[in-house]
Amino acid sequence: MQLVCPAGNLPSLKAAVDNGANAVYMGFKDDTNARHFAGLNFDDRRAQEGIEYAHNHGVKVFIAINTYPQPSGWQRWQEAVDHAAGLNVDALILADIGVMDYASERWPELRLHLSVQGSATSAEAIEFYSQRFAIKRVVLPRVLSLKQVKQVAETSPVPIEVFGFGSLCVMVEGRCMLSSYVTGRSPNTYGACSPANAVSWNETPNGLETRLNNILIDRHGEGESAGYPTLCKGRFNVNANTYYAIEEPTSLNTMAILPELQAVGVAAIKIEGRQRSPAYVKQVAKVWRAALDACEKNPQHYQPQADWLAALEKVSEGSQTTLGAYHRPWQ
Amino acid sequence: MTQTIKSLPKLSLGPVLYYWPREQIFDFYRTIAQTPVDVVYLGETVCAKRRLMKPDDWLQVARILTEAGKEVVLSTLTLLEANSELSSLRKICNNSQYMVEANDMAAVQIVSARQSSDNKGFVTGPAVNIYNSRTLEVLAKAGLKRWALPVELSLETLTELHQNRPAGLETEVFVFGRLPLAYSARCFTARAHNLPKDDCQFRCLDYPDGLLLSTREDESFLVLNGIQTQSAKTQNLLTELNNLIELDIDVLRISPQSTHTDKIIAVFNDCLHGKQAIDEAEKWLQHYILTGECDGYWHNQPGMDKTVIDKTIMDAALNTK
Repeated sequence: MQLVCPAGNLPSLKAAVDNGANAVYMGFKDDTNARHFAGLNFDDRRAQEGIEYAHNHGVKVFIAINTYPQPSGWQRWQEAVDHAAGLNVDALILADIGVMDYASERWPELRLHLSVQGSATSAEAIEFYSQRFAIKRVVLPRVLSLKQVKQVAETSPVPIEVFGFGSLCVMVEGRCMLSSYVTGRSPNTYGACSPANAVSWNETPNGLETRLNNILIDRHGEGESAGYPTLCKGRFNVNANTYYAIEEPTSLNTMAILPELQAVGVAAIKIEGRQRSPAYVKQVAKVWRAALDACEKNPQHYQPQADWLAALEKVSEGSQTTLGAYHRPWQ
Repeated sequence: MTQTIKSLPKLSLGPVLYYWPREQIFDFYRTIAQTPVDVVYLGETVCAKRRLMKPDDWLQVARILTEAGKEVVLSTLTLLEANSELSSLRKICNNSQYMVEANDMAAVQIVSARQSSDNKGFVTGPAVNIYNSRTLEVLAKAGLKRWALPVELSLETLTELHQNRPAGLETEVFVFGRLPLAYSARCFTARAHNLPKDDCQFRCLDYPDGLLLSTREDESFLVLNGIQTQSAKTQNLLTELNNLIELDIDVLRISPQSTHTDKIIAVFNDCLHGKQAIDEAEKWLQHYILTGECDGYWHNQPGMDKTVIDKTIMDAALNTK
């Protein structure tokens, strides 16, 4: 299985390349990719530098153009595709059908992957993109159990990539509008969930309150650590109980089931976190390289090592991890 | 200068998004058969475990509605995971009698691959991501006959897409109801009852309009409906009716709720046909709205926002009543 690592900037890209990534993925500095954050991503010069560095070390580079253009922005997405095609990248990661149609027509030699934002959870859905746009890989949403991943892997017309580690979307990607409902901006339209410009933190007599466009996402008492107010990871009231009604602040970690993922034919493991620091990328790439090598060498006796898990916990959201939907009881 | 006479939009009733007992579903659609709604979407689109209505029951409802002169469309599941869900999907997609509303790309692929000569094409629901004209063109080539605007898109984007749509393609807009916002592998209703999804005890049956989620300041925020999350506020575009007519939108979708759906249809129908003034009807509609209303998406604002209507105009309308 290949290791696909996030590169939010050049230092992160180098950290991934130096620590065992087989491929890195990155985006341009605008809303054409799903990590459209201030100070993140690549301008032309940095992109060229990064691609050269990766290629010199035998590492592939994928460009994510995985948001959904509306007519007023269409030109920007088309230019992003053309721009990426001119950069000698190894694949584009696309979500929108229109963008994919354009890319496959204009750059027929360019390898296309279907982004997790494309929301394809079955072989039939993947078939749609495979027949029309000859995609070469699909990234599966984080909603399938291990058994369901196996079913898709067995019947999919193209190899599959799954998320192995990082921040966890509890909703099926590409079809979640919670963020735009509250802030006007969503991953699909703007490339960000719960965007920073809508966030406020206020010390109050009731505790530290985190808000998103004035909606109270959570309130933290003394001694409670307050995470970023991603709106599905707050505490809310349901039936007179206050709890994490949708999801706890937690990260996905599939290290425990690597041999199973390998056995069902997963082609690549993706690490989330283009918005994270180069130190995160370095740490996570290193640990996952070791795990993947160990799993490949001897899947029967593979066991995640305690120091790997400890290292990952340290960089996890809420300092905890879950197998998420792969593990049926989580659902 | 010639003036084009625009035909009025048809009214549609979206699929029931909640889990209601079989008898309630039958009663509901017997009532709907008597309303002036033109198109009715039928079937389970949220959770495959909701099986009180068997496939034959849905077909029976379809017959009742067809006999009442309604156009029936069979809706498919939005988030597909298990193999069993895909076999049900194939059955719906391969039916030869009714048009299909595809709510996922798997359904689009199956209906577009049908070879039969009676292929009616398909409709896409609001959860199929159509954000630009090129996407519409690809899907039109695959057999798309009608598309529903994704709920997070605005009047501005709708206008561009509708005016440049492929010939013969109909456009549908979600004009009334709690907005479907997200889908998950996890069941939030089961979670609220500390139950695993595999043993959910069908708690959705307890919540005919979903389970309200509020902030810690007791502000109504979202609605948990099994694996689906909805807005607590009802999107209401009644005041945009003239814009929708002017734009020549083909179908206006009302989303079912457990009470007053027939009255809501009547309000929209009366306003469409000029039997009731919109600002006056808007006041009536307030009685049927569950926890506040919103129209932010339409104005390219946060979906939960509500455009403030000049109160003096509203008051004047009421005083003339």
